[in-house]
Amino acid sequence: MSGPKALQQPLPLRLFSAGFLAFWCLLAAFPIVWIAVMSFKAPIDAFAANPFDVILGPETRARGEGLTLLDIGVGLALLFFAFRIAVRNLPPLVRALAPWGNVALGWIVGAILYALGFLLVFTVIVPPLLGAINGALGLEPIVGLTVEHYRAVWVENEFWRNFVNSMIVTVGVVTISLTVGTLAGYALARSGSQLAFWILIIALIFRALPHSVLVAGYLPVFVNSAAILEPFLGENAPTLYGQPLAVIAVLVSINQPFTIWMLRSFFMSIPADLDEAARVDGCTHFQAFRWVIMPVMWPGVITTGLFSFLLAYNDFLVTSLLLDASDMTMVPAIAGYFNRETTTTDQVEAVAAAVSITAPLFLLVMIFQRQIVSGLTAGAVKG
Amino acid sequence: MRARTFWTFVGPSVFLMLLFIAAPLVSVFVQSFYLSQPVVETVTEEVCTPGFLAQTCTTETRTVPVLDENGRIVRETTFVGLQTYRNVLEPERAWEAISNLDWRGLLAIDFWKALRFTLTFTLITLPLVIGVGLAIALAVNNAAKAIRGPVIFVSLLPFIITPVVGALSIRWLFVGDGILTRGLEWYLQQDIAMFAQAWTIELLMLFYRVWHVAPFAFVIFYAGLQTLNQDTVEAAIIDGASRWQRLWAIIVPHLMPLIVFVALIHLMDCYRVFEEIVGFRSQAHVISLQWLTYDFMQPDDAGNRAISRASASAMLTMIGIVILLIPLLKKTWNDHRGSR
Repeated sequence: MSGPKALQQPLPLRLFSAGFLAFWCLLAAFPIVWIAVMSFKAPIDAFAANPFDVILGPETRARGEGLTLLDIGVGLALLFFAFRIAVRNLPPLVRALAPWGNVALGWIVGAILYALGFLLVFTVIVPPLLGAINGALGLEPIVGLTVEHYRAVWVENEFWRNFVNSMIVTVGVVTISLTVGTLAGYALARSGSQLAFWILIIALIFRALPHSVLVAGYLPVFVNSAAILEPFLGENAPTLYGQPLAVIAVLVSINQPFTIWMLRSFFMSIPADLDEAARVDGCTHFQAFRWVIMPVMWPGVITTGLFSFLLAYNDFLVTSLLLDASDMTMVPAIAGYFNRETTTTDQVEAVAAAVSITAPLFLLVMIFQRQIVSGLTAGAVKG
Repeated sequence: MRARTFWTFVGPSVFLMLLFIAAPLVSVFVQSFYLSQPVVETVTEEVCTPGFLAQTCTTETRTVPVLDENGRIVRETTFVGLQTYRNVLEPERAWEAISNLDWRGLLAIDFWKALRFTLTFTLITLPLVIGVGLAIALAVNNAAKAIRGPVIFVSLLPFIITPVVGALSIRWLFVGDGILTRGLEWYLQQDIAMFAQAWTIELLMLFYRVWHVAPFAFVIFYAGLQTLNQDTVEAAIIDGASRWQRLWAIIVPHLMPLIVFVALIHLMDCYRVFEEIVGFRSQAHVISLQWLTYDFMQPDDAGNRAISRASASAMLTMIGIVILLIPLLKKTWNDHRGSR
């Protein structure tokens, strides 16, 4: 840091500060990195006493599964390029090709395409190629690595079904809660009335309620909903219990208080002159909102969307109580793994499932890091 | 903005909140005074088993649920007043334990055990989260610009990770053959079982929670530090304030609104501690209030859910959070009034 001399810090303080930071980074990353490493090893290696055995995986290697020097080199190079593309080339590409100038939609499509491309290159194209080259050159693996647990989880235990359910719930929650939330947030930001103030305070109290309190209210109604709704809907009255749609509605509502507070603080930062100008030019309130305010609101919407995504994706309590075992989302489904976690193979499969759940989140932070930080900041500084 | 326009904009959101938050609250409140259970009747029948020479016959009385014409179990709902609350709180037993100063006896009752853990957990993690978050924010603010991006990225990982998975990832480091248990055993030369007694589990849970929430506090404090007025700092230096004095007299007061905000969010989230119990599988040793309600709602072996007891414990949980939040809510209220 360059600044006035008096602001410069003595060496011990700087060393201490840097050391603390290094320690924190180690602490933050270690558990996650470690389960990622474990998930690729044979059970004996994954729970070995010697940390180097876990990293290098001698047992896994002895089974003939592992990476050669060439694999590692090519893998690292590919990762580097993937990262570069994500950081350098993806943003301008998205901005240029976004449909109808809708950047948020562009980012969603871009992120999905990028993830698919990444998976395609890493799982389908590269492994057979490298396998052939390794065989031709006669290279021996130096680091043990196996994907058998992932295969067991995703293919044999049909974890992809849970993944699909998770995606349905998450996408539903994010779209609905943003649509409903932006409307409310806009009105709450622009109206200084007593009523708006009360809605906000009550929303704050709702934000504090433990989710189990609410689920205790839904459960009997949802289980018996067919009988309750019969007078209105006749024979086709649905049982809401076990319906992803019902869970989406519940999660959207639970998330509303936070969403409207956050979006409101974003709307507050957009000058009210803007919509007044639009109104003078003859727009209705809704037109001003849609065509003048929304185009400058995308950063706020994306950030709030991220938090809705996290809430829906990470939820355990609501989904595990309101969904059947047959249509569970990923997070409650993992409970099924550790309930039968008897052998070490089961344990490593549970680890692989856990890493599978974390991977999309990892990707998400990578892409949206700046958004998350600015969103938390906006919510905090003004909320 | 006219009232009608206001309502069209706010309507959907308010409707959802009324339907899925306010209505369930009312229904939970009502449910907690009623008990719904299957109607049973006692049937006396003679059961004869063929035997040598003569049959052996016995008369048995059995309790069976009454079925309606569709073969479904008939349930009846009766008003029981505060009985379900009594079942959850067990006031006689609790009072006896309190008057005998029998702490263990009190904690043998699930509700009091859960309350004890939830409150200590919330109140211990609160200062830790704020302290650690502030320390990381100061350290990152101190670091070179080039490494800030990667450091923030790594710091965010514990925050965004699915809570159950985060708890599991720490559990797997400390299970019987986990790497850190092995390391500790090698270092201390004795057997360690982190998940065999309550206090070690609680320690891991505290660690997990601070690890999970400190990044959130960090990001917010870090943002606050960017708006710190450098002139004030320089004036303080000229006046001869030490680093420590500057921290307490300038930086902390500057961040105070953010500290209150983090405390508010943390109290709300920490009071509903739940995922740790699932991730660490600690039900046998440590339970929380939200887990208690969850457990009542899980179907038992016969497929019955203890809805009325769940409602009672949910109401009690809610009263607790409201009491905890009153001071902070009051402050938010006053700020808002002042700012308008």
